[in-house]
Amino acid sequence: MNFANLFRIALKALSNNKFRGFLTMLGIIIGVGSVITMLAIGQGSKKSIQAEISEMGSNMIMISPGAERRGGVRMSRDDVQTLKVKDFEDIRDNCKYVTLVSPTVNASGQAVYGANNTPTSVYGVTQEYLDIRGYKVKDGDVFSDQDIHTSAKVCVVGQTVVDVLFPGGEEPVGKVIRFGSIPFRIVGVLESKGTNTMGQDQDDLMFVPYTTVMKRIQAVTYLQGITCSAISEEYTDQAIEEIGAILRENHKLKEGTEDDFNIRSQQELSSMMTSTSDMMSTLLAAVAAISLIVGGIGIMNIMYVSVTERTKEIGLRMSIGAKGRDILSQFLIEATLLSVAGGVIGVILGIVAAYVVKVLLSYPISISTGSIILSFVVCTVIGIFFGWYPARKASNLDPIEALRYE
Amino acid sequence: MGKEVIKLEDIKRDFKVGSEVVHALRGVSFSIMEGEFVTIMGSSGSGKSTLLNTLGCLDTPTYGEYYLDGVAVRTMNKDQRATLRNRKIGFVFQNYTLLPKTTAIENVELPLLYNPKYSRKERYDMSVEALKAVGLGDRLEHKSNQMSGGQMQRVAIARALVNNPAVILADEATGNLDTRTSFEVLVLFQKLHSEGRTIIFVTHNPEIAMYSTRTITLKDGRVISDEYNGKILDAAQALASLPVEKE
Ligand SMILES: Nc1ncnc2c1ncn2[C@@H]1O[C@H](COP(=O)(O)OP(=O)(O)OP(=O)(O)O)[C@@H](O)[C@H]1O
Ligand SMILES: [Mg+2]
Repeated sequence: MNFANLFRIALKALSNNKFRGFLTMLGIIIGVGSVITMLAIGQGSKKSIQAEISEMGSNMIMISPGAERRGGVRMSRDDVQTLKVKDFEDIRDNCKYVTLVSPTVNASGQAVYGANNTPTSVYGVTQEYLDIRGYKVKDGDVFSDQDIHTSAKVCVVGQTVVDVLFPGGEEPVGKVIRFGSIPFRIVGVLESKGTNTMGQDQDDLMFVPYTTVMKRIQAVTYLQGITCSAISEEYTDQAIEEIGAILRENHKLKEGTEDDFNIRSQQELSSMMTSTSDMMSTLLAAVAAISLIVGGIGIMNIMYVSVTERTKEIGLRMSIGAKGRDILSQFLIEATLLSVAGGVIGVILGIVAAYVVKVLLSYPISISTGSIILSFVVCTVIGIFFGWYPARKASNLDPIEALRYE
Repeated sequence: MGKEVIKLEDIKRDFKVGSEVVHALRGVSFSIMEGEFVTIMGSSGSGKSTLLNTLGCLDTPTYGEYYLDGVAVRTMNKDQRATLRNRKIGFVFQNYTLLPKTTAIENVELPLLYNPKYSRKERYDMSVEALKAVGLGDRLEHKSNQMSGGQMQRVAIARALVNNPAVILADEATGNLDTRTSFEVLVLFQKLHSEGRTIIFVTHNPEIAMYSTRTITLKDGRVISDEYNGKILDAAQALASLPVEKE
C-alpha cells in the first residue's frame, strides 16, 4: 500500500462529508486563528513599547518622593513632601554622572483663550526636561533661565492645546492664554509627538517654569519629582548611586533607615513594561492554546463517531485486502488533513483578524513567521495525537464483525 | 483435471460464547477445482457463512488445514491474509456494501488501490473492463445512491472481479433482490463461470442450486451431501420465461 493511494482514499472520504469536515475543523480554525491574532497583538505591543522606550532615551532616571513616615503613618503619594528644590540643585551641581536634570511639579486645570477652553496639564520644569523627554520646539522658543528665576508667566504649549484654543489657525506665539485664573504668554509651540502606547496624547500639555507652578499655581515648597538623564546608559547605575547619596545626605537620613525617595531608571521601567507585555502575550497565547486543545478534542470526538459510523466501510475495506495499518493510516491522514486544513484557514483568519484590529483599533501588531510555522507544527501534532485513538480503534476492528455491523 | 483451487482438510471452527462453545464447523473437508460453480446450501445456522469466511481468509479455522491456490492459510498472520484476500479473492455480499456517495468506477477500483503494483491508468482500465463485464459499461460515473439494487449488486460483482481473483465468494448475493433481478445476477454468474471463473455461492434458495455445477449441503457444521449437477439450467432462459412485470 503506497502513501499516495492512502492519501487519495482519505481525501475522498473527507470530501464525501464536507460539512462535517468543516465542523470538525472549526475548533482548530478558531484555535489557530486566535493564537495568531493574540501573538500578533502581544508581539506588536511589545515592539512598540520597546521602540518608544528607546526613543525616550534609555538613560533617563526618575526620582519621586516616597515612604515618608510620620509617627508610623505612611503618607499618600501626594502628601509626601520630601523632595525639595535644593535636592534638584545639588543633583544638578554635584552629580558628575548626570547631564540633564529638571524638577517636575505638575498641575491640571482648564486652559482658556477667548471663547475656547480645554482641560490640560501644566508641567512645571526646566528647559532641560524637554531634552530629556525628547520634545522639540517648533515655533518660538523655550522659556529662559531668567523666566525660571522670576517665576515668569510664560509657557510652551503642545499641539493639541494649540488646536483647541486656536481653531482658526492664528499664530499662537505671543498670545496670552489663561490657565485657571493666571494669564500665560505663549513663548513656544512644541513639535507633535502623537500618542504613546498607553494611548496617552503626548501633545496635550503645557510646559512652564517650575518656579511658576510652585509659587503661583500650587503655592508649595516641595517637588513632585526630579527627572534627569545619566551621561550614558552604562553609567545609569553610578548616577543612581550618586543621586541616592546626595538625597540621603540632604534629607539627613541615618545609616540603616529607609530611603524617603524612589529612584527608577528607564531601563528598569522598560524591563518592567516589556515583562508586563510578555506576561500578557503568554496569557493570551495560553488562552489560545487551550482553544487549540479543545479543537483537537473536537477532532477526536468526530473521528471517533466517524469510525463507529463507518464500521461497515472499514469491514469492506478489510475484506478486499486493506491491512490494519492501511486503515490506521487512512484515519490518521484524515485527522491530520482536517487539522492542517483547519490550521491553514485559521492562520489566514488570524492574520485578517490581526489586521482588522490594527485598522479599527489602531493597535500595533506584529505577525512573526515563527508563530505561523509553530501553528502548523502544532496542528499536525494535534491531528496525529487526537486522531490516533480513533484510528487505532478502526484498525483493530474484526472484519467479519465490522461487515455484519448495521 | 483442472487445478485444485480450494482444499479443505477437516476444518473445525469453534466459537466461545460465554462459558459455552459453539461448534459452527465440525470437520469439513472438500476440494474445489478451477472453473467450478459451487452452491453451498443449508438451513440457517448450519455454518455456511462461517465456512465462506474461512474460505475468504477473513477467519481462521480452529482446527484443520486450508489451502487456497496451493497456499496454506492457517499459518498466515493477519497482514498476509489481507494480502491474500486482495490478490486471490473476490467477495460479493448480500447487501452490496458499496461505499456511499462514491461512483461505480471508484467502488470497483477499491481493491486495486490496496495493491501498489497498479498504476492509476491500469486501475482505471481494469475497472472499466470489470464494469463492462457486468454490463454496466455505461454507468461508470453513477453514484451508488443513483443505482437500483440489481445495479449495485452488479457493481459489487465487478469489484469482486477486478483483481482477477482465483475464486469469487458470494454470500446470499441474491438475497436482497427480487426474482427478476436475482435471475439477472444469476445470468451474470453463469456468464462468469463460462469464462472459466471459479465461483462459490452461498444460498438458502434450492432453486439457485439448479444453475450451478455442484451443490454442497451443510447441516450443523457438517457436509451432509456433495453432488454434481447432471442437468444445469440456463438462467438466461429462465429469465426470458419470467412473466414481464408491469411498469
Ligand atoms: N462470531 C460468532 N460468535 C459466536 N457464534 C457464532 C459467530 N459466528 C457464527 N456463530 C455461530 O455459528 C453457527 C453458524 O453460523 P453461520 O453464520 O455460519 O450460519 P449460516 O449458515 O450462515 O446461517 P444463515 O443462513 O442464517 O446466514 C451459528 O450457530 C452461529 O450462532
Ligand atoms: Mg449466513
